Amino acid sequence: MQREKAVSKEGVGIARRKFLIGANLVVGSVGVAGLSVPFVGSWNPSARALAAGAPIKVDVSKLGPGEILGPIPAWRDKPIFVIKRSEEMLEKLNAQNDRLADPSSERLQQPDYAKNETRSIRRDVIVLVGLCTHLSCSPKFRPAVQPESFDPDWVGGFYCPCHGSKFDLAGRVYAGVPAPSNMEVPPHYFESDSVVVIGEDEDTA
Amino acid sequence: MITALRNFMGWIDDRLPVTETYEKHMSKYYAPKNLNIWYLFGVLGFVVLINQLLTGIWLTMSYVPTGEAAFASVEYIMRDVDYGWLLRYMHSTGASAFFVVVYLHMFRGLMYGSYQKPRELIWILGMLIYVALMAEGFFGYLLPWGNMSFWGAQVIVSLAGAIPIVGEDLAIWVRGDFNMSGVTLNRFFALHVVLVPLVLLVLVVLHILALHEVGSNNPDGVDVKKHLDAEGRPLDSVPFHPYHTIGHDLSAIVVFLFIFCAVLFFYPDGGGYLIEHPNYEPADPLKTPELIAPVWYYTPFYSMLRAATFPLFGLDAKFWGLVVMAGAIALPFVLPWLDRSPVRSMRYKGRPSKVFLVLFVIAFFILGYLGTVHPTPLKTLIAQVCTGIYFAYFLLMPWYTSVEMTKPVPDRVTTG
Repeated sequence: MQREKAVSKEGVGIARRKFLIGANLVVGSVGVAGLSVPFVGSWNPSARALAAGAPIKVDVSKLGPGEILGPIPAWRDKPIFVIKRSEEMLEKLNAQNDRLADPSSERLQQPDYAKNETRSIRRDVIVLVGLCTHLSCSPKFRPAVQPESFDPDWVGGFYCPCHGSKFDLAGRVYAGVPAPSNMEVPPHYFESDSVVVIGEDEDTA
Repeated sequence: MITALRNFMGWIDDRLPVTETYEKHMSKYYAPKNLNIWYLFGVLGFVVLINQLLTGIWLTMSYVPTGEAAFASVEYIMRDVDYGWLLRYMHSTGASAFFVVVYLHMFRGLMYGSYQKPRELIWILGMLIYVALMAEGFFGYLLPWGNMSFWGAQVIVSLAGAIPIVGEDLAIWVRGDFNMSGVTLNRFFALHVVLVPLVLLVLVVLHILALHEVGSNNPDGVDVKKHLDAEGRPLDSVPFHPYHTIGHDLSAIVVFLFIFCAVLFFYPDGGGYLIEHPNYEPADPLKTPELIAPVWYYTPFYSMLRAATFPLFGLDAKFWGLVVMAGAIALPFVLPWLDRSPVRSMRYKGRPSKVFLVLFVIAFFILGYLGTVHPTPLKTLIAQVCTGIYFAYFLLMPWYTSVEMTKPVPDRVTTG
């Protein structure tokens, strides 16, 4: 008698039909989720792209004080700025800290060994990923201490032409510009006095 | 002969509703007789769509979607392939023409209330077409692999990085690499030539089916179905074919093609607005162009993105820029429910509606201009004001459309 209640006039088992539809929906959804894995996964960086992201070696011995290494090397296709700062530049570096958004590098934009007041392993040589933290344009190196159209009290640093973000010579972002954080310091270490390896930490090498 | 043809059509119609479909959508689709010049841009959009599909397919025959060969293959098309320059300029000019007619088509909707009940779905499908078109243009702009292609896409993909927590990984997933590369180019090519065009075609079909279900609006915004003749046909309407097709659309297409060809043959790069000058240099991941500006049809939204310059609620300005831009694109979707006016057409709406529409259009133009130039503090301020007007037009609409005095709407259409 229980069974008959769930059978409609035409002899259709409503409860049975609902159960079958529900079961098919559940199993079907799991199937669709599983099927989406290769489609989503194929968009990840391929093994070749990962291999091309291997560390690079850069010779800094010919770099003069106040100069940026050129041609600019690339790591993972990103421009890498290697700059040897002069004594004069280093002296001025922390003179305008009140204008910076994150002067003591609290945000995780650098490895621990670069979380210091020059954001570098060696005091003079700094290594930066040359991309603005706003929308990834490549900022211009403007080392001269002179009034600029974008900043009358400019003491040298990087200026992004896209949206006007400013960084000092340690890649630290000024307050009140679109870029939210300091420029990234990639993992790196000095293999010798003249060669810097960019793309891995010394202890993992 | 005639009998044979009739028999043949009969044979077909018994198996496939060709005649029935033709009558439903062409010869017996009744459109109001007072449709004016603003009603031509839907058909023109269709013409440009065909142009884009045809020239696009032909371009893929010579284009190579790899980081190494893409730029050179575009030069090859321009210099060595017979008529390659023409096909490419038809495609690049067509992209801008597409947005011109779509923007005018959308403005028509705003002006005559074409989104109001019962046409909400037509409007939403149209908005989906617009978004798909923006995606199509964005993916396509990367393909020449010029320096502006590269950095323009770099900026927009980096936007994903503004989403808290998952942003950076999402950007890498979209690019398929740590930075923009040939991998990104290759997948954007697939999206541009296969996926998005398929989506666009489906949406266009649905847009037209939805329109033909409820019928076209008209400049008076009156319901033409209220007055029918003895056979149930609207008294103020005429069959779409041949009255609208031959009578209006054909001449509109001719005029449109005159203008289109003038740009195509004499100003193919539109003074740097249709094809930007840095794009004549190959993509260089190490060198950003002095000024990154998107193509003109995105610049209003780009201005709004840049107008967010201060952090809020502990979230970066960069994130709010993304929110403002996404909001500006999302908000028009709900327009049918923001307009509380009892009348459709601007002809019978009150002064506040007219003032807001004019302000909205002016703000949109100013934002469009500002997106093409370097930001300065003053220009950023103007962009912020215009962004405010853009949002006010939509967000205040429930208020100003319900309090304003409207004019009485005539029972029948007034012109035509």
